[in-house]
Amino acid sequence: MESQKELTIIEKQAKRRKAIQNTFVYLLLTIWGLMVLFPFYWMVLTSVKSYSAYSSEHIPKFYTTNPTMQNYADAFTAVNLGRYLMNTLLFTVVTTAVMLVVTVLAAYAFSRIQFAGRELVFMIFLALMMIPNELVIITNFVTITNWNMRNTFAGLILPSITSVFYIYLLRENFAQVPAELYYAAKVDGTSDLKYLLKVMVPICKPTIITITILKVIECWNSYVWPRLITDDSNYFLVSNGIQEIRENGLGRENIPAMMAAVVIVSLPLILLFLLFHKKIMEGVSRGGTKG
Amino acid sequence: MENKSLKGWLYLLPALLFLGVFMVYPLIDVFIYSVEEGYNSASQTFYGYGAYNFSYVLHDTYFLQAIRNTFLLVVITVPISTGIALLLAIALTSIEKFRNLYQTIFFLPYVTNTLAIGLVFMILFKKTAYSDGMINMLIMAVGGHAIDFIDGPYAAKMFVLCFYTIWVVLPFKILILTSSLASVNQDYYNAARVDGTSKWRIFTKITLPMISPSIFYLIITGFIGAFKAYSDVVALFGTDLNAAGMNTIVGYVYDMLYGDSGGYPSYAAAAALILFVIVLTITVINMLVRRKHVYI
Amino acid sequence: MKVVLENLTKKYPNRNKRIGGDVTAVGDFNFEIPDGKLIGLLGPSGCGKSTTLNLISGLIKPTSGKIWFGETDVTNLPPENRGVGLVFQNYALYPHLTVRQNITFPLENLKGSAKLSKQVMEDKAFEAAKLVQIDHLMDRKPSELSGGQQQRVAIARALVKVPRVLLLDEPLSNLDARLRLQTREEIRRIQQETGVTTIFVTHDQEEAMSISDMIVVMKDGYVQQIGKPQEVYDDPINLFVAKFLGTPPINVFEGEAKGGKVYIGNEAVADCPKVEDQKLWIGIRPEGFIPDDNGPMSCKLLRVEVMGRDVSIVSENEAASGPTIRSIVSSDIKVDPTRSEVRFSVKPHKIHIFNRKTEQRIYID
Repeated sequence: MESQKELTIIEKQAKRRKAIQNTFVYLLLTIWGLMVLFPFYWMVLTSVKSYSAYSSEHIPKFYTTNPTMQNYADAFTAVNLGRYLMNTLLFTVVTTAVMLVVTVLAAYAFSRIQFAGRELVFMIFLALMMIPNELVIITNFVTITNWNMRNTFAGLILPSITSVFYIYLLRENFAQVPAELYYAAKVDGTSDLKYLLKVMVPICKPTIITITILKVIECWNSYVWPRLITDDSNYFLVSNGIQEIRENGLGRENIPAMMAAVVIVSLPLILLFLLFHKKIMEGVSRGGTKG
Repeated sequence: MENKSLKGWLYLLPALLFLGVFMVYPLIDVFIYSVEEGYNSASQTFYGYGAYNFSYVLHDTYFLQAIRNTFLLVVITVPISTGIALLLAIALTSIEKFRNLYQTIFFLPYVTNTLAIGLVFMILFKKTAYSDGMINMLIMAVGGHAIDFIDGPYAAKMFVLCFYTIWVVLPFKILILTSSLASVNQDYYNAARVDGTSKWRIFTKITLPMISPSIFYLIITGFIGAFKAYSDVVALFGTDLNAAGMNTIVGYVYDMLYGDSGGYPSYAAAAALILFVIVLTITVINMLVRRKHVYI
Repeated sequence: MKVVLENLTKKYPNRNKRIGGDVTAVGDFNFEIPDGKLIGLLGPSGCGKSTTLNLISGLIKPTSGKIWFGETDVTNLPPENRGVGLVFQNYALYPHLTVRQNITFPLENLKGSAKLSKQVMEDKAFEAAKLVQIDHLMDRKPSELSGGQQQRVAIARALVKVPRVLLLDEPLSNLDARLRLQTREEIRRIQQETGVTTIFVTHDQEEAMSISDMIVVMKDGYVQQIGKPQEVYDDPINLFVAKFLGTPPINVFEGEAKGGKVYIGNEAVADCPKVEDQKLWIGIRPEGFIPDDNGPMSCKLLRVEVMGRDVSIVSENEAASGPTIRSIVSSDIKVDPTRSEVRFSVKPHKIHIFNRKTEQRIYID
């Protein structure tokens, strides 16, 4: 057995090691935190620098002494940013709402209603989950073009609605609701639709919120499909708007105004996130796939 | 019973309609496109069936470059981002103070518009006639030379792309790994501590095996995601990716379909199918490796 | 190894910030655990017994007080330097390692001069496995073992490095009833064979009583009584200890001391010449009743349950604090189950009286 003196040394060493480790951990976390925050800071900072001040900075400054809101006004007048925002809002709300209805109905059919061919159809559904969007987007592009739906909201929304993965996620959740509840409701003479709306949906609210959040994020940020299907700027979504601004909108050099537009576009989701960050992070860790 | 079947199909009908028109039919159609030789989108005619489209795509220098870019991006970002995410997740798990704050900050990139923040990255890295840009200022401050990361040498462009990709994918990975680490029963760590197990041994012998399913999940989704890289590339280098020499496989598909170089759905279909085969192969390999190394 | 706990205290900040202040998980624990004994820490959930165990293992640090292993102060020593073996309630076996790998795990941590060769590790693991009789399961994974077998692996893993002290946290609570009986005998055997000072935590008084050399009864963070199981049972220090030990539990009555006699209702059931007149709780062990037609206690007979060796008489009395009174008598004594009344006299050493307010024991003689 070690002598008391040695033990004191061990105690001290353990304490010191803990302190060093803590410093290192916080240092690491802070460095990455700054890396994450810096682009946001730079974006906001640049957006409040005046065009002339920005252009005269050969060496960029990390602060500004006389912030201006002029760039925000420019962002709305030089390009139709307000329109893009409204378009995106409309697109997001309609797509998400229709997706929810379709998904809830399908998930219910798969989990509660016994009918011939159900298992087969579900197997096909599972197989479809592996199909990447890139594979089907080619024909969808042709289809929507043939339907004369380019530059329409219908053309934007229709192919964006279904997600096999969300149906799967919700079906799994529905299947966990005890079947006894269903039989009890049946005995009481409750219709399927009423049971679905009054029992299943409230019980599975967390999952429904999750897929709503994921779909909203997905819609707000969607770029590829809108780009393919719209060339009339009246139907641009924010992502296309940003790209448009970048390519030829505000003049390649008016970077402060560009940054103001970027701030406006980023703000809604960031606010949503700050308000619901617990729910959103929970939701993403349950069913998110990105990156 | 008949009635019930009808009801089932009725509930399923909207989903089936959407999926049929926008997923199943296109899936079949893409194969047809890919073997229709000399398809003309204006007249909607073609000469005949064959493998010419694949041969064309595989000999197209733009496609080969896109393949090279995509593979480089995958090979660099997947291991690095998974590694950094693991490091940060472990760091997050080991602290109590400010944990929520850090977690929230780290997650921010997930909810931002890839195009919008990509633009910020471009500004940070870009060297223009009147300013070297933020990053170059830092490089020069430590004695380096200014490089144009956006229109300059290939390695510099690749670096920015990888950096931005990692920045974008980290939040999801950190989140998954943190919740996976949190779900490991604390008793395992206590048992190991009482036995005097070193930190490193605890990590390799207990933590890693316990969270290996999540790591493999992240590697698979990371591979798939990186192979499909497109919008972050557009954000940094603009829509004309072929000219920038930074095109990706998905970018090639879209370019063939639409835009100045578009109008060739058959080539696009062939390229998309090649991408699908690559992703499928890598996923299968991952699954096989996983079966060997994940204990559950 | 002798283990000494000296004014050991662990406080946590109150989670409910409105109330504030600290919650005492363990308060002022003093106990000298003799070398080589098996000690049962006993109490209801939340009484601080597991906290005490974790303080001894070093997984948590005390707020104040000291812990000594032998003559060494280990209070601030990290767990890895204490040389304790710990068996968790859920066993905490590494699911991805085989039984052999699990058992050798602690040995592989040894560094420097203590480092062992692979062969020595294997031998030691086999020895430990043999001691707990799982040497035929060495290549299985924990998921392929029964609960009882997992428990043995956990004990083998704790013993393989020859700990100074073996700590067991609710070792039997995850086993079914039959296995629990068998395994507790096994723990006793292993403890006696190895002679290692062993402390185990349980909420099951029968378990603690049956195998411990000494038991410690805890409540709300404070030690109530320490002693040999039979002593604590026969001589409880307060009403809590009296109620906590024994199945069926002790029967408690409202009563009073008057003129040197203990009264339940109007009947004097025992003498207490030195006790002042006061209101009392009166506890009578089930085996303390003697059916006696001339006895002082009259109860309404509910039913007679014959359980082979014993007979259990269930009756009612207005003064009882529980709904029924259960008394156990030898089956040689015949009680007519059709009668409506049963009378008892009481064995004097099976009756304990307690102050009505403080619930502390009042000694009759």
